[in-house]
Amino acid sequence: MAEHIIESIYRFLPEIALTVTLVAAIVADLILRERNRNVAWVVLAGLVVTAFLVLGQRGWNVSIFSDTIAVDPFAVFFKAVLLVAGIFIVLFSMKSRELEYNSSRIGEYYMLITGVIFGMFLMVGATNLLLMYLAFELTSISSYVLAGFTKTLRRSAEASMKYIIFGAVSSGFLIYGISLLVGITGAVDIYGVRDALQGGVEQTAALYIAVVMIIVGFSYKITAVPFHFWAPDVYQGAPVTITAFLATASKVAGFAMMIRFFRISFMDSGALATPGFEGVFVIVPWHMILAVLAALTMLAANLMALWQENIKRLLAYSSIAHAGFILMGLALATDEGISAMMIYLAIYLFMNMGAFYVVMLVSNKLNTEDIAGYQGLGHRAPFLGVSMAIFLVALAGFPPTAGFIAKVYIFGATISAGMIWLVALAGLATVISLFYYIRVVRNMFLVEPLESQGPVRFDASSFAILALLLVPVLLLGVYFSPLVAWAKHAVTMFGM
Amino acid sequence: MEFQIFGIGILTWIVFLPIVGMLIVLLIPGDNKNAIRWTAAGVTGLQLVLAVLLLGLFDRTALGINDPGSFQFVEQFDWIIVEAVPWVGKIEILYFLGIDGLSILMVLLTALISLIGVISSWSIEKMVKGYFALYLLLVTGMMGVFVALDFFLFFIFWEVMLLPMYFLIGIWGGPRREYAAIKFFIYTFVGGVLMLLVMLGLYFSVAYTNGAGEQVHTFNLLHMMNSANFVEGSIFYGMDTTWRYVAWVALFISFAIKVPLFPFHTWLPDAHVEAPTPISVILAGVLLKLGTYGMLRILFPILPDGTVYFMYLMAALGMISIIYGALCAMAQDDFKKLIAYSSISHMGIVMLGMASLTNQGTVGAVLQMFNHGTITAMLFLIVGVLYDRTHKRGLYDFGGIANQMPKYTGIAMVAMFAALGLPGLSGFVSELFSFLGAFDAFRVITIISVTGIILTAAYILWTIQRVFLGELSDEHKTLTDLTGRELLMFVPLLLIVIFLGVYPGPAIELMNASLSHLVDFVNMAGR
Repeated sequence: MAEHIIESIYRFLPEIALTVTLVAAIVADLILRERNRNVAWVVLAGLVVTAFLVLGQRGWNVSIFSDTIAVDPFAVFFKAVLLVAGIFIVLFSMKSRELEYNSSRIGEYYMLITGVIFGMFLMVGATNLLLMYLAFELTSISSYVLAGFTKTLRRSAEASMKYIIFGAVSSGFLIYGISLLVGITGAVDIYGVRDALQGGVEQTAALYIAVVMIIVGFSYKITAVPFHFWAPDVYQGAPVTITAFLATASKVAGFAMMIRFFRISFMDSGALATPGFEGVFVIVPWHMILAVLAALTMLAANLMALWQENIKRLLAYSSIAHAGFILMGLALATDEGISAMMIYLAIYLFMNMGAFYVVMLVSNKLNTEDIAGYQGLGHRAPFLGVSMAIFLVALAGFPPTAGFIAKVYIFGATISAGMIWLVALAGLATVISLFYYIRVVRNMFLVEPLESQGPVRFDASSFAILALLLVPVLLLGVYFSPLVAWAKHAVTMFGM
Repeated sequence: MEFQIFGIGILTWIVFLPIVGMLIVLLIPGDNKNAIRWTAAGVTGLQLVLAVLLLGLFDRTALGINDPGSFQFVEQFDWIIVEAVPWVGKIEILYFLGIDGLSILMVLLTALISLIGVISSWSIEKMVKGYFALYLLLVTGMMGVFVALDFFLFFIFWEVMLLPMYFLIGIWGGPRREYAAIKFFIYTFVGGVLMLLVMLGLYFSVAYTNGAGEQVHTFNLLHMMNSANFVEGSIFYGMDTTWRYVAWVALFISFAIKVPLFPFHTWLPDAHVEAPTPISVILAGVLLKLGTYGMLRILFPILPDGTVYFMYLMAALGMISIIYGALCAMAQDDFKKLIAYSSISHMGIVMLGMASLTNQGTVGAVLQMFNHGTITAMLFLIVGVLYDRTHKRGLYDFGGIANQMPKYTGIAMVAMFAALGLPGLSGFVSELFSFLGAFDAFRVITIISVTGIILTAAYILWTIQRVFLGELSDEHKTLTDLTGRELLMFVPLLLIVIFLGVYPGPAIELMNASLSHLVDFVNMAGR
């Protein structure tokens, strides 16, 4: 037993590094006092160290701490994605002017970000239902605080409040579903649930309710329609750095947990080598529920985005719509679909972060978050405008950007699984999405700036961060084999 | 046949030279307008030299189409290779370029029109740097589509053209440019999504066995043309299945939007009217051909069953486009809009010729693609010359230009008579071939379509009368005739139009082998 724990701790090093970072951030905050902006550097260093530790875990496929956490290629892939998101958010935050409304507490801000990432690490690895719930809560509660970080701004406080209420509801659904599931199957981990389902379940109705509850709980986190109501308000109200974080990392972690749960508990590994639904436990047609949710999400969110005047709100709806595209992959109940989701999530991270970063830079300089405020921006700040245009067309799925590759894989997996109706709707949703993305591009380039609006300049480091996001968006559009190969192998989960 | 320059294949050069040019343009300071213009001219000029070189080295007897061995200047490399895992097979995307009799003329046309477009762009003064950067990106996209033999690569080039075009119309266009640009964009994007879905469906349906005995899914167009490669049980397996017809219709729509055929044409008049002259030239000269080219390259040989099944539909749409386009052209009082509608009418002839699935009809169609490219480019340049001088292009705004601008009028007459189909000029030959081929296949439709020629004669002659003949108004007495730069863009086109009118043999020989092979293949596989 002791050996097992020591072994487990060794396998748990990235999470430990994050904890150390968290403590270091608190200490640094106390020491630095007035110069507490520099806590960012501490956290950044901690995240980089964690990244190295995560990379060292490649190829592992073990379960630690008495089968509560899996360290497998699947988890490592998502941890890497989350760390990239975390590092970018810290970099963004260092550039943000908005956060200065609460500058005396900026140290806590970075500390909380570390805490959220820690929670997310647990989310992607957890295999025990209780730990899954705890990780979910750890992430959520830290996020509520972060959403309200600039609490003197009314909208931020309001966002935080709404987030708490909706978040609490979603947690309620999740824990209720989990309780039912534990009651029905008598198991507290996802492997036990699988074994029980394989043996056959008598209480079909209760299982039905449990699965629906759990789907609802997850749906809040990944903002699937009709459980998305909180997202636009929270995304608009929260500081833009946190919005970017919630729209990317939070979703990535939610998806990771959801995928693992359904993949292990509700899919039979043996029969999955061939596409189709032979390997799915269809006591509850969960994949069809997800397919309908995905279709609803894509269409509704894209339609609602058409009428937005605020760029953050527009991107909020856009990110909801993307959740719909991503969810398609899980609805297929194939490993090919899951690998397509992973490709999508990794690419989505870069392009969405990029768009939010431009929003932040613009709001820093021009103090506007209205789409109208972007008028002539392409002429006033060409590099920024072109970058934003590239991020937006990537989100729309245009080649030769990475967004196209994401769409190709998720659409391809859907066609391969034979769900033609779903992919046809996805095509329609893609066309709709073009309208609002291109509206921003139009405002930036086709509308000329007024006489009074001179050029806007940004410092070199802002552009450097922008370039860091731009390069993967373009590069993964023309050369994507490494990412695809990684994502395909990373479908491997412990106990599959 | 291979031909390399500095170890890089000639087709790669011809496709990516404009991108190199674009990067150079981006590095030149924006106020050095002439350096930017000369760079663009140099790059497209070099591209034309390479295209002529291709023409010189081209082997007319090689078949191409679905036979990998007889494509020329082939460059085939692995681009994206992902080894198989238990749940997903090996992924293979190729960088696969090559030309045959179907594409050689299109490559030449693209290079020529691109250079002429640059010359015509000399008068653009607004944001020159951005303009030429986008222009060169557009040229790469166009050229890439004509030489790509991998569906994925084809699709990327196809979509790469969209954004530059959107901006070129949207920023440098006329008063309603925003509306025209977004309309163009959305139409083509819809087509793109349809094509993407069919492409992915084909990808999962087609697999070949490679040297190592693995089943490999591929985007290789030539493998898709072989019906033996369709995996049993896959969505497009078999012949004459519902899904194959659905795919045919989807793919047809995506190409028909570009052509544009009758119900999908409404973006074209807006885009043409609002686009600046050089972009209209590119649009009419090259972009419209991409649609019909795509049908011949992809739709016909990959889904031959659908092609045969929907033959009459294609012919009917061609017929409607011919008549409807001509009627609309007659009703216009805007010179540019008139030519835009005449484009729809003339592309209808291409469609009719292709739909016949006869050797004659197809040769006529491809030749008509080339001729329409040269003739309509001239017509748009003609409008542009007048517009540059007067900032007007209403048909009733002018009169008596012939006396004031004799050189200009002479060239305009040749172009207009060529568009009308006057024997001795290039348009006549290709229209004749298209109609002859179509007559073998569908009598009634062809007979109705031919009346379009009369309508064409009517609007062309009216235009000549309104603009060039009659009284010269006082305000136009100061108009100057063509400058040297303007002559430079007209003369090559003029020579081609006259040469191919008198002696079309060489052009037909270039494509005859490939096209007759294509027709035989489609007829054999589809019936």
